[in-house]
Amino acid sequence: MDLNNYILAIVTTKADKPKVNSGSTPIFYASDQQEVNYIAMLISRLTMSMAHDLGNGVYILIKH
Amino acid sequence: MKHWEMIIIGVSLGALSRLIMLRIDYRQYPGYPHGYIIHLTLGFIAAALGGLVIPALLEENYVAVTFLALAAQQFRDVREAEREFLGQLEETELVSRGQAYIEGISKVFEARNYLAMITAFNSTLGYYLFDLLNYHYIYKLAGGVLWGVVTTGLLHKLMSERTIGDIAKIEIVDLEFTGPNKNNISVEDVVIMNVGLTESLQHWRENGLGIIVAPKNDNSRATLANTGQRQAIIHDVTIQLGVQLDLGVQDYTPLARLNLETGRVYIIIIPIEKDKQCIKEAVSSTPVLEGVKRKPLSSKAGSKAAD
Repeated sequence: MDLNNYILAIVTTKADKPKVNSGSTPIFYASDQQEVNYIAMLISRLTMSMAHDLGNGVYILIKH
Repeated sequence: MKHWEMIIIGVSLGALSRLIMLRIDYRQYPGYPHGYIIHLTLGFIAAALGGLVIPALLEENYVAVTFLALAAQQFRDVREAEREFLGQLEETELVSRGQAYIEGISKVFEARNYLAMITAFNSTLGYYLFDLLNYHYIYKLAGGVLWGVVTTGLLHKLMSERTIGDIAKIEIVDLEFTGPNKNNISVEDVVIMNVGLTESLQHWRENGLGIIVAPKNDNSRATLANTGQRQAIIHDVTIQLGVQLDLGVQDYTPLARLNLETGRVYIIIIPIEKDKQCIKEAVSSTPVLEGVKRKPLSSKAGSKAAD
């Protein structure tokens, strides 16, 4: 089943925790921006989705 | 057999025209041997049907001509088969052709069989006309061939599709990176895609290219706005110049977006070959898809609104 145009996961740092609040989407917390990038990359490869940077330190993964 | 010369001329010219049309459509077909056989055989059958019309009429065998109607049904199946085949392949393409392109290709393949049929018919008609004038055997043959070739040439000219180069101007530009973290890939301030990963962004910076397809008038603007037409352009560019893309690295997917103000189409792509001239060439030789062609300027309201 494909979940298109739906946020699959959110990746952000612990410091940015107040910026996101989960509905049904899992949130991954990393210790720094580099780790955020790495986790986002891995999830993007594994779920064949695309990582988008919201510009405030929060990454979302969406399958288009 | 009474009319064998006529029939042979018609059938061979018709089949030959199908063969020539197979050779000139490198874009439309991946050129595999079995596909050639299928289309050549069908082309031959079409030519045989077309070539038999006049001999059948001469023999006053009018019922035979109604078989043409049956033939038309057969060739409709060609379109169906072609559509299904390309549709199935679509899932395995990294950059899809898009439904509009597939429809266009299958329609062309159906039409080409009719063209073979008409060529055969015309050749026999030419032969018959020269036969009526009681010309020498050689002249009759030559007349049939000439008539067939000329009419086919004309038909082919009429049926040839326009290309993107005819309706738009193409430019190649460097990509811009906008936004707070410089990760919105844009062309002329229109954001095309947001890429989150630094690695991917770096790759876009180093290898990415922007293509601007600027419509020449309102007709072409409306045509280029069709997503199927845009996908066709991307597909044609990627099969000719390659694309650095694989499953799981969807960050490098080529995309096309519109500038809503001007109607210019912006395409971003990471080609394997970065030759700008060749990319221009590939874009401008993409056919304008028959189904998506729009002509707002031909209507009263459209042309009035344009000025």
